[in-house]
Amino acid sequence: MAGGITFTAVESTKLATAEIFGKTIAELGEKDPKIVCLSPDLATSTKMKDFLDKYPERFFNVGIAEQNMIGIAAGLAKSGMTAFASCFSVFASLRALDQVHTDVCYQNVNVKIIGTHGGTSFGQAGSTHHAIEDIGVIRPLVNMTIIVPADGIETANAVRAAAATDGPFYIRINRGFDNVVYDAKKDYGFQVGKAVEMIEGTDITIIACGSCVYQAMQAASILNFDHKIKARVLNMHTIKPIDREAVLKAVAETRKIVTVEDHTVIGGLGSAVAEVIVEGGKACMLRKLGLQDKFSAIGLHEDLMAMHEIDAQGIVKNVLEVMKLDIEKDEFWGDEV
Amino acid sequence: MALTKQEWLDLEKKAAELRELCLDTVNWAGSGHWGGSSSCADIMTLLYYKYANFDPKNPADPDRDRIVVSKGHVGILLAPLFAMLGLVKKEDLKTFNLTGSKLGIHLDSNKVKGLDSSTGSLGHGSSIAVGMALAAKLQGKKYKTFLVLGDGECDEGSVWEAAMSTAHFKNRGTLDLITIVDRNHNMIDGNTEDVMALEPFEDKWKAFGFETIVVNGHDIPALADALERAIAGGAKPFCIIADTVKGEGVSYAAGNYKWHYGALDEAKYTTAKKDLAEYAAKRIERVNKEGK
Repeated sequence: MAGGITFTAVESTKLATAEIFGKTIAELGEKDPKIVCLSPDLATSTKMKDFLDKYPERFFNVGIAEQNMIGIAAGLAKSGMTAFASCFSVFASLRALDQVHTDVCYQNVNVKIIGTHGGTSFGQAGSTHHAIEDIGVIRPLVNMTIIVPADGIETANAVRAAAATDGPFYIRINRGFDNVVYDAKKDYGFQVGKAVEMIEGTDITIIACGSCVYQAMQAASILNFDHKIKARVLNMHTIKPIDREAVLKAVAETRKIVTVEDHTVIGGLGSAVAEVIVEGGKACMLRKLGLQDKFSAIGLHEDLMAMHEIDAQGIVKNVLEVMKLDIEKDEFWGDEV
Repeated sequence: MALTKQEWLDLEKKAAELRELCLDTVNWAGSGHWGGSSSCADIMTLLYYKYANFDPKNPADPDRDRIVVSKGHVGILLAPLFAMLGLVKKEDLKTFNLTGSKLGIHLDSNKVKGLDSSTGSLGHGSSIAVGMALAAKLQGKKYKTFLVLGDGECDEGSVWEAAMSTAHFKNRGTLDLITIVDRNHNMIDGNTEDVMALEPFEDKWKAFGFETIVVNGHDIPALADALERAIAGGAKPFCIIADTVKGEGVSYAAGNYKWHYGALDEAKYTTAKKDLAEYAAKRIERVNKEGK
């Protein structure tokens, strides 16, 4: 999937994630005349300007009207176009939810929603602009694929996959810059629905998505060097369909899982992982890190991540707590793994 | 008059057949949205049998005109219409609303061939129609998009978001969309003006940049004239406000908001059948008198 990305590895560290989306969609637009882009007065914020400059006739600014945007995108898609509609995640998921449900998912059309400013990444804007429920709200929608890329390179991969695959997509990216976890020069084999093992480990598994993947990797290093704990880190970039195999393998091999997401712990990655664990029928300790059924605060993204214990230090603290719990002693957990 | 006497007569017969088959389907289903179905029966007849470029033998033709019926609760009118067009089996109408049927209150465009969009959540069709109209220009196609709205549905803000877009994109020359509102004056809880006043309704459309035509929505030649004027086009997008009667043609249902959705028993069905026959006869009498 990484093949064909024309911006360089050096560039990818200098670009905001949304800018990489903007470059990717402009590239895709050149090859595929069916691709159109829509924006509710956010072409600048969501970095669609490259596409707009190159293909103004295929770009539609609908004004500040997210419901209208999704409906128009569905109409375009029903007529053979592939519509990329981008706006803040909170409004794509909550304001326009009925349109996403009925016009896009029920009709199963090629509308690809790029939710920007995901999680608490627009920290200073406060809770009106934090998207902490979007994944939980969109995950039950039939036909929808949900991807939360870990960095810009993965965003490019996700956008390409969305363009190449029939059906609705929701790709959630952050405002601003993401820490880079992938080397743009190497093809790490991105596949929708297939988790990536970032770090090997046998003591515990940290399953993360989006900006939390980098934090989980940092945490794993600290755990290894300071505490001799070998934590496996899985980048669960696709929340739906979730990689059941990778979760069940983690259950079998590590028996302890910590999920990390910039989202409420209700309905998102942690819930999706919990569903797989319970259905798997094997004992496993699970701790879900994220926003604990609370609105966030105003602040810098990194500060808010620390506040919600989804930064490296917070993950280390929680992993150490989980490691102290000895699940084998519980008489009800006598299954053989 | 845009129509010859023969054309008018043929359309009257189709409209009468549609109302009758719709009533039969309500009877088979036990209940249904008769009110808003009958109010737009003439509009739908004119679109599918006269003004939309639509070949039922090739319902997926990429060049066909698109018809988005945003008031999606009239599945019980559209299914009979599609049956008349040969896109739905007539015997399938008897399964309407039954478990496992592909036909129900709101039709599914992935199950009913020729239906351009699934609708039902009110206020959605307008934006979808805008998208379809934009796609025509992008693809260099000549097709038109017709949008049929309910009047009660115009309470939804999304209708006006899309209306704003219709005028905006029309001004940029990127859209060919005709809006038709079935102004039947009634919604579930009562008269539109009592529930949530729409008036001055025509002024609202004008303020949103539309050229408006107010016409009797049950007068086929007048509706035909309006549609021809809208199709001929102009600088502004057209909105035809079709003044209609909810439940038109059935004595006890006409103008009665309670007939938004209702159940039929044998007596009501028999009366309705008789009413519709008389109603159709009266309309055909007018054709004979006024047709040229």
